[in-house]
Amino acid sequence: MLKIIKNRLDQGYRTSSYPKQPIALYERFRGRPQINRQCDPALIRQCAEACPQEAIDAASGAIDLGRCTFCGLCEMQSQGKFVQFSQNFELGVATRADLITDGSYADLAGHAKQHFKKLFGRSLQLRQVSAAGCNACEADTNVLNTPFFDLSRFGIDFVASPRHADGIHVTGPISRNMKAALLTTYEAVPSPKVVIASGACSISGGPFYGSDEIVGDLNELLPVDLYIPGCPPHPLTTLHALLTFFK
Amino acid sequence: MDNLLQIANGEVVRRADIPDVSVETFGMTLAEFVRNGGFVVQFFAFAENGITRLLAVVRNDRLYVTSCVVGAEFPSLTGWVSEKFHMFEREIAEQYGIRPTAHPWLKMVRYHRNYSGADDVFGNDYGGEEIPGKYGCFTVEGEAIHEVAVGPVHAGIIEPGHFRFQCAGEEVLHLEIQLGYQHRGVERLLPTVPQRRLPIICEAIAGDTAIGHNLCCCQALEALAGLTVDVGARIVRTIALELERIANHLGDLGALSGDVAFNPPAAYFGRMRGDFLNLLQVLCGNRFGKGLVRPGGVAFVMGDEQRKLIAAKLEEITPQVKNVCDLLFSAHTVQARFENTGIVSREMAEDLGLVGYAGRACGLPYDARVAFPSECYAELPHNTNQMTSGDVYSRATVRREEIMHSLALIELLLQRPETTAKAMMMEERRLAADSLVVTINEGWRGEIAHCVLTGADGAIVRYKVKDPSFHNWTGLAMSLRNQGISDFPLCNKSYNLSYCGFDL
Ligand code: SF4
Ligand code: SF4
Repeated sequence: MLKIIKNRLDQGYRTSSYPKQPIALYERFRGRPQINRQCDPALIRQCAEACPQEAIDAASGAIDLGRCTFCGLCEMQSQGKFVQFSQNFELGVATRADLITDGSYADLAGHAKQHFKKLFGRSLQLRQVSAAGCNACEADTNVLNTPFFDLSRFGIDFVASPRHADGIHVTGPISRNMKAALLTTYEAVPSPKVVIASGACSISGGPFYGSDEIVGDLNELLPVDLYIPGCPPHPLTTLHALLTFFK
Repeated sequence: MDNLLQIANGEVVRRADIPDVSVETFGMTLAEFVRNGGFVVQFFAFAENGITRLLAVVRNDRLYVTSCVVGAEFPSLTGWVSEKFHMFEREIAEQYGIRPTAHPWLKMVRYHRNYSGADDVFGNDYGGEEIPGKYGCFTVEGEAIHEVAVGPVHAGIIEPGHFRFQCAGEEVLHLEIQLGYQHRGVERLLPTVPQRRLPIICEAIAGDTAIGHNLCCCQALEALAGLTVDVGARIVRTIALELERIANHLGDLGALSGDVAFNPPAAYFGRMRGDFLNLLQVLCGNRFGKGLVRPGGVAFVMGDEQRKLIAAKLEEITPQVKNVCDLLFSAHTVQARFENTGIVSREMAEDLGLVGYAGRACGLPYDARVAFPSECYAELPHNTNQMTSGDVYSRATVRREEIMHSLALIELLLQRPETTAKAMMMEERRLAADSLVVTINEGWRGEIAHCVLTGADGAIVRYKVKDPSFHNWTGLAMSLRNQGISDFPLCNKSYNLSYCGFDL
């Protein structure tokens, strides 16, 4: 017992005061890209060709954050002249089109559906479905339940039964073998319900695009209300998206 | 060792040098090797120019390779020689439609259409509806017997898979684990994509092992492209692999505490796991180390600033890790739940070929960092564990020891002055033609092995991936024999195997 108390004192209070106070991530973290479309078009073309995710449109210089895994190659390739990643982790958006950015970003709070705020603003229960996620997306969602993020203090919880849920939070590129289970889980959630696509995989197939064993785009199956990009999205990206969209 | 070619970890061999024997000799050679205490690292089929071959990579204290041409079937080694072959043979049947005759329990591995266009060995038609889980599980009969089915969608935030328990009251007589829900077609995809996508896909084979799998991939590409990696980069890669190990072990010790309802350490471990993921973020900007390892070195140089940040964090957190481990392991209630739960005997572990801490907890000392050292491991001290009773307690203890050992390794590596010359960018490179390379690393779960075969033009013709979970899922099933069903979560967490790493 003494050990438990001693450890409790050692550990102290660890919960972050975000969102009341801003939180800074280490400079190597790659959040919102700042894009300089005025740079040499040859440089943009080079980056577009090098991008493993085919996320850069050479003609317009726009980046599709639904495909991007934030690997940082384009920043390195252009030595920051075309793309520079900021540490801003606020990446969630309400439409697929808003993920394609030329450096400007849609205001998530403004696009959030008001009736969702009314319905779920005080309490939101989500059923997480991993549809062939690589376990990084899952782990960094799970981590929201640890003392540092402590998601439940906002009235948001992940629940076991879809019957108790207000919506689903989907990770992974949706393997053929998970399609049926995903749809059954969705059916089991009572309406009105929300659908959240989390991670490059559920939005575009992520690293697995082109494989014929995956669906690769959740929107093809279900109407997505909220997109959270990243590979995986940083826990704060998810937290910010959930709070802004529903609170 | 006739009919076997000795190879080295991460070294290119010409395919022409690989023994090409008859399917009978192939079987006899492997049988003799495994009966003499050998283990199977890789065993798979590949097709080229209309000819299908089997290729096996086996190990004792060295690595060997052999191959043969195969027809529509071959005599199964599982029933005849050892269970070590059972999963590999099922995989060959599913991937190429080749039947291992007299396999004692031939069933699907991942539920997908085969690569060769031959008739499906299991009679499934993947052109029509999706049929994951289509399989009549093994059943136990009797009035007092009941069945518990769990999954594919589980209660928590975890990956999908199906578990079927045959129980008499609380006691589990048999657990069958049927996976495949996570199948993304990784091995099919890898040879078809440009090189620049390979590390990104390999980092996503199992996200909790992003460093481990991608290291195997990059080492293979380096060998085939003739790239050397400087010491500075090797140091960073070794540190990253150890950070990954610590983060995952800590997370699992936390989950084990949670499963026995001892909440304080569960919360502390969860938080400390995050601290280690954040150190990977210090190295490369991603909490899972995605984007860090690239052919030729690393994409992010570890400078003085990063070195200091990591060192300072380690100094702060090491005593906390020690204390929280002590808190968990010295609680009698915890010991009572961990000890003698989910036992796998050494003999069983050897028969199944368990790897990583699952094997070490049963007394199989194999650690790829020691046996086939890559990166900086040849120069580093290794850990030998004494606790080998094969139960949850042993698996937890091995992980505790490995956490402390990895912390010490990172400390040693941080003292090294070398820095890598430059950050490596992903480029397309010409690969050695008609070659084979096998890369092995000790990921946190155990032996990861990638095997890459190139054709006449240097293009990749076959990319074979093996996650340690491929061996160890059967270990979990055996742990549950004659165990209370309520002990399942505990047993499961003591292994914490990968679904997507297995399903590929
Ligand atoms: S950071 Fe995104 S856009 Fe840039 S190269 Fe990587 S995947 Fe492509
Ligand atoms: S988006 Fe990235 S982290 Fe998430 S499941 Fe896909 S590969 Fe894994």
